[in-house]
Amino acid sequence: MARVRQKKEIRAAVLRAAGTNCDYETGYALTLAGARPVLVHVRELLDGIKKLNDYHLLIIPGGFSYGDDLGAGKLLANEVRYLLGEEMTRFVKAGKPVLGICNGFQVLVKAGFLPEFQPGEWSQEMSLVANDSARFECRWTFLKPNPKSPCVFTQGITEPIPVPIAHGEGKVVFRDALIQEQVVNNNLVAFQYVDSEGNAGPYPVNPNGSAWDIAGICDPTGRILGMMPHPERHVHQWQHPWWTRRRHNEARGAGLRIFENAVQLCKDSL
Amino acid sequence: MNGAKTVGTPVEILELGDKDLVRLSQDHLWALSRDEMIAVQEYFRTEGRPPSRLEMEVIAQTWSEHCKHKVFSSMIEYQEQGKDSELIDGIFHQYIAQATRTVRQAKGSDDYCVSVFLDNAGVISYDKDCCVAFKVETHNHPSALEPYGGAGTGIGGVIRDVLGTGLGARPCFNTDIFCFAPPDWPYDKLPEGVLHPRRILRGVVSGVRDYGNRMGIPTVSGGIQFDEKFLGNPLVYCGTAGVIPTKRMKKGCRAGDMLVAIGGRTGRDGLHGATFSSLDLHKDTPTSTVQIGNPIVEKKVTEALVRARDEGLLRDVTDCGAGGFSSAIGEMAKEHGAVVFLEKAPLKYSPLEDWEIFLSESQERMVAAIAPEHFNQLKKICQIEEVEVVSLGQVTNSHRLVVWHDGQVVGDLAMSFLHKGVPRQKRKAIWQPKQLPQCEVVSEGNVTSVLLQALHSWNVCSRETIIRQYDHEVRGGAVLKPLVGTCADGPGDASVVKAVLDKPGAIAIAHGINVRYGQIDPYWMAGSVIEEAIRGLVSVGGNPDRVAILDNFCWGNPDRPELLGDLVRAAKACHDFAVAFGAPFISGKDSFYNQYQTDSGPISIPPTLLISAMTVLPSEECVVSMDIKGTKNHIYLLGNTRVELGGSIYAEIQGRLGCDVPKVLPEESLPLMRVLHRAIEQNLVRSCHDLSEGGLAVAAAEMALAGRIGMSLDLRSMPEHSSIEQDAALLFSESNGRFLVEVSHSQQQKFERLMSGLPCALLGETVEDASLKVVGRTGEVAIEVALDDIERSWKRSLWTS
Repeated sequence: MARVRQKKEIRAAVLRAAGTNCDYETGYALTLAGARPVLVHVRELLDGIKKLNDYHLLIIPGGFSYGDDLGAGKLLANEVRYLLGEEMTRFVKAGKPVLGICNGFQVLVKAGFLPEFQPGEWSQEMSLVANDSARFECRWTFLKPNPKSPCVFTQGITEPIPVPIAHGEGKVVFRDALIQEQVVNNNLVAFQYVDSEGNAGPYPVNPNGSAWDIAGICDPTGRILGMMPHPERHVHQWQHPWWTRRRHNEARGAGLRIFENAVQLCKDSL
Repeated sequence: MNGAKTVGTPVEILELGDKDLVRLSQDHLWALSRDEMIAVQEYFRTEGRPPSRLEMEVIAQTWSEHCKHKVFSSMIEYQEQGKDSELIDGIFHQYIAQATRTVRQAKGSDDYCVSVFLDNAGVISYDKDCCVAFKVETHNHPSALEPYGGAGTGIGGVIRDVLGTGLGARPCFNTDIFCFAPPDWPYDKLPEGVLHPRRILRGVVSGVRDYGNRMGIPTVSGGIQFDEKFLGNPLVYCGTAGVIPTKRMKKGCRAGDMLVAIGGRTGRDGLHGATFSSLDLHKDTPTSTVQIGNPIVEKKVTEALVRARDEGLLRDVTDCGAGGFSSAIGEMAKEHGAVVFLEKAPLKYSPLEDWEIFLSESQERMVAAIAPEHFNQLKKICQIEEVEVVSLGQVTNSHRLVVWHDGQVVGDLAMSFLHKGVPRQKRKAIWQPKQLPQCEVVSEGNVTSVLLQALHSWNVCSRETIIRQYDHEVRGGAVLKPLVGTCADGPGDASVVKAVLDKPGAIAIAHGINVRYGQIDPYWMAGSVIEEAIRGLVSVGGNPDRVAILDNFCWGNPDRPELLGDLVRAAKACHDFAVAFGAPFISGKDSFYNQYQTDSGPISIPPTLLISAMTVLPSEECVVSMDIKGTKNHIYLLGNTRVELGGSIYAEIQGRLGCDVPKVLPEESLPLMRVLHRAIEQNLVRSCHDLSEGGLAVAAAEMALAGRIGMSLDLRSMPEHSSIEQDAALLFSESNGRFLVEVSHSQQQKFERLMSGLPCALLGETVEDASLKVVGRTGEVAIEVALDDIERSWKRSLWTS
């Protein structure tokens, strides 16, 4: 019995590098979602101390990897792409989910893993650039899920969910209009910034000036998601800025579902 | 080494006279006084050799005001007008530490202090197996010269203090409090060599933002005070709290331990930082004294150290702050002795002189003592975290600090002389009450415009443009954020952070600071800011009997007896009110010589005391925020209002200071806070805001705005005994001990029963109409203003101003 349960354990790799700093709360959210988080330093993968293949789920959490020198997420993106490209490809081809949050999203985009994971080419089709406000901002936003998106992480989320952002470079831009059109038409937009009623709006509803109010993007398989907002910071009701006004019975936070969906997918494919 | 003729490069002091000794100290930025230089001379005469350059630098650093707190331990002859003179046996000993001893004794088995004043931060208990460490530092002089780097390394330094507490606490939140001159100060009135306050503000905020955000530590609490006296010498307070398992609190190196350095490389940056903080700023102050920070290196050090701690590899750990290796090793091994080999230190570039390596204040370095057999395991951890670790030397039992460089002894000092040889200072202090004109109440009738002016004033207006640049959500623990309410723009009284997500409980943090009260009377200033900090905690649900406080004094030149008199007054209040409120000091810091030399004399800062307060809440469930929650709820004013407009915002907008500074009456306010705490625990309170700067009017406006719900109040319902007839006095007086509380209709009876016998007045209710309306004592309208207008006046950008 014990052995069976152990087999069903979902091991989630939370990838760390120098300057990663959201690993603690991301690990906590994964625990709540029923997975066992393991903090994996990129150095441990490069040195072969740990193997990506041993995990069911990969999260690249927020932070300032390598100080965001050369641009947000750029250096870690190059390590993931050039030094860990084969391991990453095996992981993704095995159908295992990948979630990049904030700096992790920047890594996925700059590694060329989003909007489409194409091993070998790794061409960067989009970027996350400085906010229109030209400064780092920490504030709560509402995210409208796209019901037509293949994204596995957003399944069952139907209403706009409140999730905070905290970034200086989160404005989505595309290489050209064609790429944007493809992303939009193929429903790769997983989340858009909206107001509490679900309507689009100018700053601060769209906090950074992102094209098409994009907050998160998935690949065509729906198993790779990158998003600027931090769902791991809203897994309990008390994390919400209005919670002292409402005191409703719902003790969980709206971001938890994203992690639960990922863990469920892993369980289903065991 | 005793008997050796010379050590290192000798500094010829043995034959010098007093004047030459003083000049030598000045030329080298040692900041050692005549008496201190003579003590050094005498020591080396007994050693029978001249000191080396390195030894002189080590002594200057160890004996610096920054490291030794000589003013706080000096013998002071204090003369207060109309009283007999008294002899004070050290301000720290007699007032600060004494207050803590008294309070802890009174608390007995309820004492929650774990480590006070001894370690790099003060520590209280969080739960049965975990503690919280809290430290607040200042980085004033560096921030005046180079705001971005100065503020960044300020926060970097205090983070290391927490990392160097016990065997290493994991940082979990930062605080920052600044004092600047007004951002609209005219350029043509800037003294030579002084940066414009707007440039300082932007630089300091950016420095704190970039360091804190990159470290992934939420900046959850802060404040800014504006006063023109900070023109040449801004104040930058940086605080950090961390959590540590109780079983990792015990530290102590032993002879035979290996001394290791972990972190960044050593360069020439920040030389003389420790001694320069004891010297006046002037237009030619060298900027090389400011350090250069790299938060990512510090982040790597943090991860490596916390892992090493958890694996039980550390025997002792401390940070390299002011004075670098010299200070860290000299302190850590002072009961034993140490030998250090400087050539083992990784350098940013070479060549560096021996004393430069030993004294450098290069950032992001920690020193630890480990059992030699653990070095390989520590090295493995550091390799994964990509951070350098080297063995620098050894703890010995020689009771001497012996420093080698490339096979030569360059320093050999007795630990006892180094740590106990500094002559105790004798100082004089005087205090006499200032003769200041009263702040008359000039506003009559409708005072809406006064309220809008108060809301728009630099000292009250919204700090949102700054707060949003700090990541206050990282680590996922922000239970009450610095901005609260429907539009997340209301100024909370205290922040609440869950430092450990999978444990019950949370930490509330608040602070008190006021730069105007102290210009009238530092005694009541100190009392007021202690109470303000405690009130902030109580407002959000904190237990007033479970508070721990930190003191941070920033003062001008203590050689001036009247400024030292101000300090004695403030310290007396610290003792009296810490004892009266039962709030122990657990850590503190002082910063002197905060003055700027100009051709027309020094500009000194006003006496400024920051009190940071924290308490552990048993659960996050019963916290209360300050935003109005619903319509048709009752609004109560708790506490007594007196005509106390001295140092108030009301006085300030009239260009005055006034003299009736708010008094502190713990016998009134503490029972009130205890009952309010019970009311919050019983869920009777919907919102609560403490009355501080701007008084009742500003507090009501902030609560209404934060909830986007109107309020209708009537001053005729003020408590009976209040004989104040002028509306403006009632609305803008800053009397301590007061709260504005929202209670829903259904809880009215329960709440009033609980409050019976205490000053509690039902002042009005919340209304549908989105405005604030106050009826005055005569029945005429005193304030009537739409919330939109409140918002427009209050929301003033400090960033683009």
